[in-house]
Amino acid sequence: MEMGLDDRLGNGAGQNTADEAIKVTDLHKSFGTLEVLKGVSLTARKGDVVAIIGGSGSGKSTLLRCINFLETPSSGTITVSGEAVEMRADGSPANRRQIERIRTRLAMVFQAFNLWTHRTLLENVIEVPVYVLKTPRAEAIKKAKVLLDRVGLGDKAETFPSFLSGGQQQRAAIARALAVDPSVMLFDEPTSALDPELVGEVLTVIRDLAAEGRTMLLVTHEMKFAREVATHIIYLYEGRIEEHGPPDEVFGNPKSPRLQQFLKTVGW
Amino acid sequence: MELLSLSPPGWGGNLLRGLVNSLQIALGAFGLGLVIGLFGAYGKLYGGVVIRDLLGIYTTVIRAVPELVLILILYYVGTDLINQASEAMGYGRVEISGVVAGIWVLGVVQGAYSTEVLRGAIQAVPKGQIEAARAYGMPAFLVMRRVTIPAMMSFAVPGLANLWLIATKDTALLAIVGFSELTLETKQAAASTRAYFTFFLAAGALYLIVTLLSGVVFARIEKWARRGQPSLRAGQSR
Ligand SMILES: Nc1ncnc2c1ncn2[C@@H]1O[C@H](COP(=O)(O)OP(=O)(O)O)[C@@H](O)[C@H]1O
Ligand SMILES: [Mg+2]
Repeated sequence: MEMGLDDRLGNGAGQNTADEAIKVTDLHKSFGTLEVLKGVSLTARKGDVVAIIGGSGSGKSTLLRCINFLETPSSGTITVSGEAVEMRADGSPANRRQIERIRTRLAMVFQAFNLWTHRTLLENVIEVPVYVLKTPRAEAIKKAKVLLDRVGLGDKAETFPSFLSGGQQQRAAIARALAVDPSVMLFDEPTSALDPELVGEVLTVIRDLAAEGRTMLLVTHEMKFAREVATHIIYLYEGRIEEHGPPDEVFGNPKSPRLQQFLKTVGW
Repeated sequence: MELLSLSPPGWGGNLLRGLVNSLQIALGAFGLGLVIGLFGAYGKLYGGVVIRDLLGIYTTVIRAVPELVLILILYYVGTDLINQASEAMGYGRVEISGVVAGIWVLGVVQGAYSTEVLRGAIQAVPKGQIEAARAYGMPAFLVMRRVTIPAMMSFAVPGLANLWLIATKDTALLAIVGFSELTLETKQAAASTRAYFTFFLAAGALYLIVTLLSGVVFARIEKWARRGQPSLRAGQSR
């Protein structure tokens, strides 16, 4: 955290890379003729909580989705735990196996939860460990129960997602993410689909995860929360990083007029 | 009534044999149709232009031409092709089992309808569920097996139940190519005994029983496929 801003953006040369969980360099992404990301670079070190803020359509989701290749970047490089993702000239992944392996280390939590509705919470949580990571079933179940307990859903293990509130579903989705022992967690507006009274219970869980030193990239509109848990804030404007820095600086003393305007519109 | 007894001089045994043949063909054709349908649906959704066009022709033609005509075409073309191939390889004409021919003919017909039923069901699966599977590193086939297929079942089962019933009844059309399924057996029994009413009533009852039992089975399957979905009926939701 004591590094210069350029270092944080991955522009610093010769830095120790051993503790880099995610490093994105000059990422571009176009949908047809629409360029959504126009050269984004960022680095998250182990234990960092990087909050990504910005207006709707600024490319926050696209950025997260490029990192685990749910979207194919147009150009740029992505490194996960020091392992560079092999890309073809057009940005498409060159090695499907590698992508699949890397994805299991990047647990994603979606705005719409995206739990598998034909499976119980327990089944949702053990699905990836058992079928992708080949963890023995009994072991996966034991661990899943601990995780469901941890997010306050120990008594709902046999319930199907559709019978639960949004807050409960999102907490279950976080348990599913934790079940793969991720090196980085990717949150895409985890509370935006929730009724206001349910936001708190999900933020509490995420706050706990931040406190235990989990590395995460967190797209959020909860500015207070971002300031509280993040080690670093990135403000995205029209596909570029307009401003970034430690939370106290970005929120306490925003330099860019656009960021000042943005903070005003979200009622900061 | 003794006309229907199972051992000669009764014709009940023949009718039951016909029924077993019919069910065998229906089951085989339905299964073959499902396999064709699954490939067809994935091909139509994710295939290249050529595959999509070919599948489009397949489903359109099959669904446009009357089944009776299709059965005649597929049966005679199919057996002819096999015989030509066999003769070309120097084996002479082969005897094609009626059951196999029936399954192939009806299966190809069923496949066209299955393709459409399954394509619709796959499209009805919430995109986010498939995306979550991919995001957690599931390879494409695992996504299909663990997420897409189970999640689409609740959308597919009603349409597939219809297809199954159509399959059981379409077996009757095979009578035209001389295959001894239930309808042909019934016709022969009726013609030899002049007891038309008795035998066709009995055959009708057998078809009805098959339909009723199928209804029970599919209701179970649908209930299982809908697990996890709150009931729409008032008072049961949540
Ligand atoms: N699959 C897509 N196809 C075309 N345009 C897209 C697609 N996904 C996102 N976009 C566009 O990219 C821009 C950024 O989207 P997104 O990353 O979702 O923004 P944010 O998450 O910051 O609201 C928007 O203009 C959106 O319409
Ligand atoms: Mg978004």
